[in-house]
Amino acid sequence: MTTTTEARPKLGFGAEEATFIGRSIRLSLRNPETLLMAVLLPVMIMLLFTFVFGGSIDPSGGYVDYVVPGIILLCAGFGASSTAVDVATDMETGIIDRFRTMQIRSWAVLTGHVVASLARNLLATGIVIGVAIAVGFRPTAGPIEWLGAIAVVALYILAITYLFAAIGLASGSPSAANGYGFILLFLPYLSSAFVRIETLPEWLRGVAEHQPLTPVIETIRGLLMGPAPEGVALVAVGWCLLILFLAVVWGAVMFRRKGGRR
Amino acid sequence: MAAAISIAGLRKSFRGQRVLDGIDLEVEAGTVLALLGPNGAGKTTLINILSTLVRADSGSARVGGADVATHPNRVRSMIGLTGQSAAVDQMLTGDENLRMMGRLFGLSRRAAAERSRELLSRLELSDSAHKRVKAYSGGMRRRLDLAISLIATPPILFLDEPTTGLDLRSRLELWQIIRSLGEDGVTVLLTTQYLEEADQLADRIAMLSGGVIVAIGTPADLKDQTGSEVVELRDSSGQLLREIQTDGTIRGLKLAINDFEAGALEGTVTLRRPSLEDVFLNLTSDQTMGVPA
Repeated sequence: MTTTTEARPKLGFGAEEATFIGRSIRLSLRNPETLLMAVLLPVMIMLLFTFVFGGSIDPSGGYVDYVVPGIILLCAGFGASSTAVDVATDMETGIIDRFRTMQIRSWAVLTGHVVASLARNLLATGIVIGVAIAVGFRPTAGPIEWLGAIAVVALYILAITYLFAAIGLASGSPSAANGYGFILLFLPYLSSAFVRIETLPEWLRGVAEHQPLTPVIETIRGLLMGPAPEGVALVAVGWCLLILFLAVVWGAVMFRRKGGRR
Repeated sequence: MAAAISIAGLRKSFRGQRVLDGIDLEVEAGTVLALLGPNGAGKTTLINILSTLVRADSGSARVGGADVATHPNRVRSMIGLTGQSAAVDQMLTGDENLRMMGRLFGLSRRAAAERSRELLSRLELSDSAHKRVKAYSGGMRRRLDLAISLIATPPILFLDEPTTGLDLRSRLELWQIIRSLGEDGVTVLLTTQYLEEADQLADRIAMLSGGVIVAIGTPADLKDQTGSEVVELRDSSGQLLREIQTDGTIRGLKLAINDFEAGALEGTVTLRRPSLEDVFLNLTSDQTMGVPA
């Protein structure tokens, strides 16, 4: 008879996280189409804006320097949105319920998805910047500014990945979760990503000035291309931390509430 | 024998809809109990409460001596759960799934690989160990799911409709495995909508309908409850001529045939035991008509 009444040995600190991060990275590598789309789409949009619209937006030919920071965020947002699909898939197959019935910190399954998304998106961002430089992007940043820009991009990816993880928990199915990704494809158009805010109609200017993407883009642009407006970096970091905080709280509530929905 | 699972007065509603309406149930250690009921009877909800996924509104449930509401982690250390959908990673191989789960159960890398090999061979998945689960058949996925539940050799196993949607061969294979678990002394609580499955696998059957247990007993007990055997007399074309209640003795059978007028000697006689189906339809139709069971 196999009746053991003692509890099983506890896992070492961080063992769940390590296992789940490994799992999510492996799942990402097994899904090259998603990875490819996350890189290809922003690159195509960048080429489109640089070579098709760029000439009429900025006839001097320097538009690529203006548009790249926005493209970096577009790329990050789109790449992170697949986290919602991954989490919703885990809910649907019931694997999250299985983790919950085990003696582990099952919440760590989300940490795995978030860390994998961060790794995936930083890689995609690197490729986008590489292509940008190939088509004429000439940043003036020194090493410190580069590090600062990467840190801001990473913080932004972290915040919206958590947001998408929570969306994945809240949405009923993977295909529903997929739909939300498009919202973040549109947000950059209503910011200073592609055109200067001064050129927008007045009612739209208010929206563009006060939405979180504009300070993040201005901060990255400032770091890569020259001085940013005073204090904008603080606003950008503040926005990212606020989104991160709200997403973690929302995700925790959803995770607790959605048990046993097989 | 000690009770591995004991449930008292368990109630649960979802959005005002009562799903479990006072469940009392004991499952002895080392036995297989089948929870039989139609869709929507509350089978999965009961499993979800016992496996710490959902909290009951009232009543209590103890699994392996630990209360599911106050000591969920103790309960989790003693159970395995295989749900209706195969809770496995489609993009990983069977072996990768098992090794990952082994790590989460606290096994070392080597021990996890070893355990994966053992279970793949026990559940006859060795040939597909390194294929992605995506390419598995439904039956293979269920077997892999079951293998994951067995990694930590839990003394108590919950199987929620383990064979729903499977073809006959896969179903028979799973039955064989579940039987061998019962023989190993694992306590199994399984839900099913198939009477035959309950009949084949379970030491005891609890019939669940409308959130309450309407009958419980061994398969034989339940069949006996629905009355005596029936002699069926058919003519040569197989047309049923008459059904006569009997007590199963030769005397009873002789009387039944004597009772039947001569002239149909070309016909056939069959003796029919009441089936679980009779019991089930009897009890659940009472329920839907609102007659207290």
